Amino acid sequence: MIYLDNSATTKPYPEVIDSFSQVAQQFYGNPSSIHSFGLRSERLLNQARKQAAHLIDVDESEIVFTSGGTEGNNMAIKGIAFAHQNRGKHIITSQIEHPSVLETCRSLEEQGFRVTYLPVNNNGVISPIDLEKAITEETILVSIMHVNNELGTIQPIQEVGQIVSKYPKVFFHVDHVQGFGKISLDFYDCLIDLVTISGHKIHGLRGTGILFVKKGTKISPLFHGGEQENKFRAGTENLASIVSMVKAVRLILEQQQIKSDQLRALSNKLKKSLKTINGIMINTPEKHADHIVNISIPGYKPEVIIHALAEKDIFISTKSACSSKQPDESAILVACGFDKEIRNSGLRISLSYENTIEEIEQFCTELQDVLLQLSGIMR
Amino acid sequence: MNGIYLDNAATSPVHPEVIKVMQKSLEEVYGNPSSIHQYGRKARQTLDNARKVAASSIGANEKNITFTSGGTEADNLALIGTALANQDKGKHIITTTIEHHAILHAAESLEKQDFTVTYLQVQSNGQINVQDLKDALTDETIVVSVMMVNNETGIIQPIKEIGEILKGHQAYFHTDAVQAYGLLDIDVDKLGVDLLTVSSHKVNGPKGVGFLYINENVKISSLQHGGQQERKKRPGTENVTGIIGFQKAIELAQAERDDRNLAYNTYKQLFLKKLESEKVSFSINGDLENAIPSIVNISFPGTNVEQLLTNFDLSGISASSGSACTAGSVEPSHVLSAMYGSSNDRTINSIRFSFGLPNSEDEVTEAATRVASIINRLIK
Repeated sequence: MIYLDNSATTKPYPEVIDSFSQVAQQFYGNPSSIHSFGLRSERLLNQARKQAAHLIDVDESEIVFTSGGTEGNNMAIKGIAFAHQNRGKHIITSQIEHPSVLETCRSLEEQGFRVTYLPVNNNGVISPIDLEKAITEETILVSIMHVNNELGTIQPIQEVGQIVSKYPKVFFHVDHVQGFGKISLDFYDCLIDLVTISGHKIHGLRGTGILFVKKGTKISPLFHGGEQENKFRAGTENLASIVSMVKAVRLILEQQQIKSDQLRALSNKLKKSLKTINGIMINTPEKHADHIVNISIPGYKPEVIIHALAEKDIFISTKSACSSKQPDESAILVACGFDKEIRNSGLRISLSYENTIEEIEQFCTELQDVLLQLSGIMR
Repeated sequence: MNGIYLDNAATSPVHPEVIKVMQKSLEEVYGNPSSIHQYGRKARQTLDNARKVAASSIGANEKNITFTSGGTEADNLALIGTALANQDKGKHIITTTIEHHAILHAAESLEKQDFTVTYLQVQSNGQINVQDLKDALTDETIVVSVMMVNNETGIIQPIKEIGEILKGHQAYFHTDAVQAYGLLDIDVDKLGVDLLTVSSHKVNGPKGVGFLYINENVKISSLQHGGQQERKKRPGTENVTGIIGFQKAIELAQAERDDRNLAYNTYKQLFLKKLESEKVSFSINGDLENAIPSIVNISFPGTNVEQLLTNFDLSGISASSGSACTAGSVEPSHVLSAMYGSSNDRTINSIRFSFGLPNSEDEVTEAATRVASIINRLIK
């Protein structure tokens, strides 16, 4: 099997699975219970939080464990919106955000908030000048993703942070789900107030994530109940999953250290080989996160290619799994201004540090075969 | 001294078979259920299967099951989701003073948004008086939330009666069945329930999973926005592994329900008999006849909670003073205050013992012996 859909979800590291099973069996006390079973669990939870903070290089009070990226994005955006609506009801984001950001913003529009969706250029990048122009007295939040999930485009987070910091009343949220473990981001340096990370995109378990909430940032919780997670998130902590996710955080950051160059070589090899295949357009811009390459093959339905490749035990995807129930058109390729035939035929190849050069070679050969076969049928 | 875990209502150990299926799924099913390739489709099938099992366990249709990250999220979704979606019909909510904090705090957050909430009092037996509910209902009432079994006392509420009363009224009926699930016979149609909360880690499944049953007639807003998952009621990549584990826990609970009821009942009887034979002075909070077998809440006159819990813990017994979600602090129980008045000593000298899978008859008897010797020493 050649799995090239790592931006949809990843295979958990074996160490992650081990640590999950161990904790689930040995630490079943509720961390909020005051007896020794609970205390042991609480200690382990604190340790996991400390380690996560250390690895990400933030303070442990700034780590909120969530049920995943979607919850993290919702909590950040709605949390700021509801806690600070007295000061203003304007939010700025971009047209190419993940559905969990876009749909949350749309839901806020229904509740009387105003949202500016910044356009992107042909490379899928926002303009910091547009951003600054959009900020008003009413603005309370800017939410911009680091790495785009379909294109692999990297946004100028540091520049955005600097602009936003000129307006001390405006909070800055970054959806770092696709970037974490691949493209470094210094949360403090970039003057970010909230950062979303998802566990299952870094070989951790589904149902896990982290929201970084900078000290002193006031947000309204999504769920009410217990006082867990600094009162930011009620509900019994999912200890075994949390501990195993922190292990995934450690492992992916190690991999980033060791294998970034290798991943770049894979990505370059992939693009180079794709360019030699007739009819393939590479949509991902020159400068991008190495693990995501987006292409279009005009004239071919993306589903047909995906299924033909799957027959050969190769897995890639169309657009974001979270929006792939809609017709072919990719909203992100539309925002970048691509022609109709390109934006209706987008395919995403997403790599992990586990992929090999042989897999990339085989993928390109098989893709070429598939296209040959299909062209015989279709043309 | 060997540890005896009598806090199964706070959280329960994951069943070994549950861990086994989860491990297997982690190694095998790692597609995103929304992906259209075969790994995605396999994950999707697995999910559909689990949904069927969850649905059939409460006599529901599978399309009415929404998987969540747990009981707290499900309670919040039920209460806030229905309140926000139906505020054009009225802004009045009815619940009780003894609900779990997931409901109470969600209700308080709605009060800040100009909803009116009636908190029904309970009688000293721990049950609400259904007449109070009838009296509180108005044309403005849009949702009634009453828990099926109280987490501190184990007292069962008259859910079916409430369902009858609400037939023909616009208000939706939500019940938090977290403590009841797996032991009581639950059929949402027979009970007349529109929304029902279940948590996995209270029935020997993994933490971080639960479900909310939502009848198809219920208009509800989602708390989170994003993908199309869970019929848009709960976006986000599905926690397939957690859900598979939950499914296994449900299957085991269904298959072993009679045995578990019988065993926990025996444990409770043994425990109480032992206390009696050791001449411990105690009284049970709430009516034993209306309580679920797994929970007993006992008042020990002349003691106080903190002293008790510390001494129990030192002798290896894990019990609690109430909901674990009240985190760390040993505050007077809001449930016992509701039953007996906040100045009653029971609110500060009562302990919840909750039985579960890891226990045995010998263990429970041993626990009662240790408890008896501690109490008898303390009140000398």
